[in-house]
Amino acid sequence: MYSEKVMDHFQNPRNMGEIEDASGVGTVGNAKCGDIMRIFLDIDEDGIIREARFKTFGCGAAVATSSMATELVKGRTVQEALQVTNRAVMEALDGLPPVKVHCSLLAEEAIHAALWDYAKKQGIAIEGLQEPKADIHEGEAPA
Amino acid sequence: MIYLDNAATTKMAPEAVEAMLPYFTEQYGNPSAIYSLGSAGKKAMGEARRTIAAAIGARQEEIYFTAGGTEADNWAIKAAAESLAGKGRHIITTKIEHHAVLHTCGYLEKKGYEVTYLDVDRDGIVDPEALKAAIRPDTILISVMFANNEIGTMEPIGEIGAIARERGILFHTDAVQAFGQVPIDVEEMHIDMLSASAHKLNGPKGTGMLYIRSGTKIRSFVHGGAQERGVRAGTENVPGIVGFAAAVRRALSRMEEKARRERELRDYLIRRIEGEIPHCRLNGHREKRLPGNVNISFRFIEGESLLIMLDMRGVCASSGSACTSGSLDPSHVLLAIGLKHEEAHGSLRMTLSEENTEEELDQVVGHLKEIVQRLRDMSPLYEDFMKSRKE
Repeated sequence: MYSEKVMDHFQNPRNMGEIEDASGVGTVGNAKCGDIMRIFLDIDEDGIIREARFKTFGCGAAVATSSMATELVKGRTVQEALQVTNRAVMEALDGLPPVKVHCSLLAEEAIHAALWDYAKKQGIAIEGLQEPKADIHEGEAPA
Repeated sequence: MIYLDNAATTKMAPEAVEAMLPYFTEQYGNPSAIYSLGSAGKKAMGEARRTIAAAIGARQEEIYFTAGGTEADNWAIKAAAESLAGKGRHIITTKIEHHAVLHTCGYLEKKGYEVTYLDVDRDGIVDPEALKAAIRPDTILISVMFANNEIGTMEPIGEIGAIARERGILFHTDAVQAFGQVPIDVEEMHIDMLSASAHKLNGPKGTGMLYIRSGTKIRSFVHGGAQERGVRAGTENVPGIVGFAAAVRRALSRMEEKARRERELRDYLIRRIEGEIPHCRLNGHREKRLPGNVNISFRFIEGESLLIMLDMRGVCASSGSACTSGSLDPSHVLLAIGLKHEEAHGSLRMTLSEENTEEELDQVVGHLKEIVQRLRDMSPLYEDFMKSRKE
């Protein structure tokens, strides 16, 4: 049911792990729905993402989209990373089954959440970035 | 390949395949026909009916062949509800039934029936006292499964049947997982209707049966010709029925031996996993469970990932995670026994057959240890848990 690329990123996830003292960390998703993604970003003084890592609790598609999303934002500026949409993640993976599209949305949200955390720590505002929902444990599922 | 999904379906027994073959190309006549080509099939169906009736202590005229367990459940519940609507419109079932029962009840609710879904305890067992308390003057049907397909828990069917009989309420049981695995007696257990399927006990897919106690008012479900005493129309699946009976004969002749072997394997697998993989729990009752059922939740990880990784290592199993159910919610059975969503998402069901070996299970445990650790290393929930333990 998954493309070869999805299977590849699931079996050999890129950038899996943590970054200590990361510039920004974002966690999105919900244990109730069965997907939680945490993305760590290391951003330098010029606003370039030097390193991106992830940790994910979820299905094959959740792991693969996290892996691909970190690949897509690495080496990019904050503004460029903000443009990495779920559609871009899906396309880079040669598509996802319809029931798994939400995983790519979650990957986009996780990047945004990490950027939000970075902006907060830096005391800056990033144009076009909104505060993410933070609710990863067993609450009601976000609508 | 290591096949651990026998609750989903089983490999056909060679004797069942063998028994079916003549009815495809030689004795292919319609059993309703007058000429002799149809008579062999008709005779074989009669024998099949006697075999299957004897397996549950019923009479042959109480066995109706269907296209499987799902049809039998649909028929039993819808037709009973319709036939007894004059008496009342209340049905009692449980929260852990198969979707064939739950969705049929949901359909009836839309048609104006009321359904009570009984809770189960941590092990998945229905409380007979709760059943008694749920009975109303307008209760027309009680449907409780014999054994659960996900967690393997066996229900106190005899006790439930006795309550239903005492109150004069029709009692149906979905025995799809239990039939051929454990002894069933419709007289002793006061069962009025029972659904079963052939492919769960090494028979062919697409064949099942509904037992209906003589004298039960139940209407036709599939309308048409006069087959199955006029209540289930359609030319009979003769090869399927013959294969079903052959599988039942085999299952009955070796039930005790098979169950003993499967229990040994089951308890060995459970013991090794519980002993060697931390943060897991067995779902379902430890003793009152189907001989071949193992269902374990691994905390901090998700079931679909686990299944894909097992598949890549040649192991077939299943999970109650949302991703494998095709919806956003994990298994209703695991939630009903009180698991948190996270634990339900991280469940793994392995259903054994007597053909599995300890060596296979050793391999599976080896794979599981590696995969579970790998997925935990990837899991933010595990990270949070480990950090909270350090603090």
